[in-house]
Amino acid sequence: MERGAHLFGQQLINGLVTGSTYALIALGYTMVYGVLQLINFAHGEIYMVGAFTGLLLVTQANLPFPLALLLAMAITALLGVTIEFIAYRPLRRSSRLSVLISAIGMSIFVQNVALWVWGPQTRRFLPPFPVHTFTVAGLRTNTLELLTLFVALVMMLGLHLLVTRTKLGKAMRAVAQDRETAALMGINVNRTIAFTFAIGSSLAAAAGVMVGMLFNAVVPNMGVMPGLKGFVAAVLGGIGSIPGAMVGGLVLGMAEVLGVALLSSQWRDAIAFAILILVLLYRPSGLLGRRTQEKV
Amino acid sequence: MKRSSPRTWGRAHVLAVENLVTHYGPVEALKGITLHVNKGEIVTLIGANGAGKSTTLRTISGLVRPTRGTITYEGHDLTALPPDRIVALGIAHVPEGRRVFPHMSVMENLELGAYTRTDKRAIQEDLDRVFTLFPRLAERRWQLAGTMSGGEQQMLAIGRALMARPRLLLLDEPSMGLAPIIVESIFSVIQDINRQGTTILLVEQNANLALSVAHKGYVLETGRVVLSDTAERLRENEAVRRAYLGA
Repeated sequence: MERGAHLFGQQLINGLVTGSTYALIALGYTMVYGVLQLINFAHGEIYMVGAFTGLLLVTQANLPFPLALLLAMAITALLGVTIEFIAYRPLRRSSRLSVLISAIGMSIFVQNVALWVWGPQTRRFLPPFPVHTFTVAGLRTNTLELLTLFVALVMMLGLHLLVTRTKLGKAMRAVAQDRETAALMGINVNRTIAFTFAIGSSLAAAAGVMVGMLFNAVVPNMGVMPGLKGFVAAVLGGIGSIPGAMVGGLVLGMAEVLGVALLSSQWRDAIAFAILILVLLYRPSGLLGRRTQEKV
Repeated sequence: MKRSSPRTWGRAHVLAVENLVTHYGPVEALKGITLHVNKGEIVTLIGANGAGKSTTLRTISGLVRPTRGTITYEGHDLTALPPDRIVALGIAHVPEGRRVFPHMSVMENLELGAYTRTDKRAIQEDLDRVFTLFPRLAERRWQLAGTMSGGEQQMLAIGRALMARPRLLLLDEPSMGLAPIIVESIFSVIQDINRQGTTILLVEQNANLALSVAHKGYVLETGRVVLSDTAERLRENEAVRRAYLGA
């Protein structure tokens, strides 16, 4: 019993750390969905580029870690805005299917450019700071895991303040609720959409950098599975809902580690997609999503 | 164009729309609309469903691009401007169906109305003005807009537009779907707003109501202006009475 509780607690920490990275990725999906009703399937690749950028800034440019992280986020934000500009904006008046296909094309394109530039081999990403392992209440964790949680928490708090308190945040919510009327308020809709991509991409970059260090591995196809997991987390939380993406990420992370503990580690990915299917079948609006209303 | 009303004769146009043609895809929704709005007037566009009334407003505020023709407002050519720039010039549009932001509070909706402005004190003045015009909104200021009644949403949509401190207000079907008593109070506020100095271009299906508050009217049929005159004379016009006033 004692041992069971301990194992459970240990898994909880793992789930929290993994889940917080899923949440960061899910936020990008949900925000972009909010303003464009588009699942940005290139989001996983944006995360991957974020990880590479962070790695290069740390190992090649020898920047101190906080600066490298922020710069990686900024550069990746630029990539997100560029993708929006060339792959989505020209299709603003096209069907949602066309934009979705463009997103899938973008995903393949970015991944292949990464392969071409950085090669297929896995690169090591050692944290540029000492990693101490310590024990809290009998549970083992380390500096890197705590830093990941801290970074995720700060980002989510910052995002919450941005969305609820700033003019830009209000514009983003207005565009998400009614794009045309937002324009009638004097909001520059295209610029607001671009900002949304910038913010979502920078969060994905932060997740990419942290996961790159957690697994000590960065590779061009690393975005595929976390990209899908982030998507599942966003759907689980309720696509379009920002708190939903945060909750969805954490719940998915927990569900995965608990599932792995109960079954075996081979089931990890299957669990995520089983959750996706169940949510789509029984609660398509997700945990915190709004029931879709018909516009009158 | 028939003749302008004597009351406004010779005054400069605030808004001049000339030969406006607008397409929705292959469909020609406006087939050459010409209309003029003078400072301080309430001008109404009446006509049946699909006559092009809403499209005219949507083209003026930049939501749709015209294929041909020009729109001039206070000397600015609006024809190629995006909606956010047009709002900043002083034109606010209350869209058909109210279109309040349903998941935002009344306050947040009103704040968005002032999105292009930075003059904090003047914004506060306008907020007070909106709450004076619509005391109901003051009571409901923290309520989510989507949970309010149709009449309250219409008040909010108008109040939100006033927060831009417009010199020209475009109103699209403010009476739609509302109980007669609410319509009456909203139209009385519309007249107040006009008396306080805002020029108004009003689209209405309820021609009787529209012509009772307007100075001038244009009758639209399938994308064309078929008649224009003072509101008074339009009310007495036999064809208008038969077609739109149910007389």
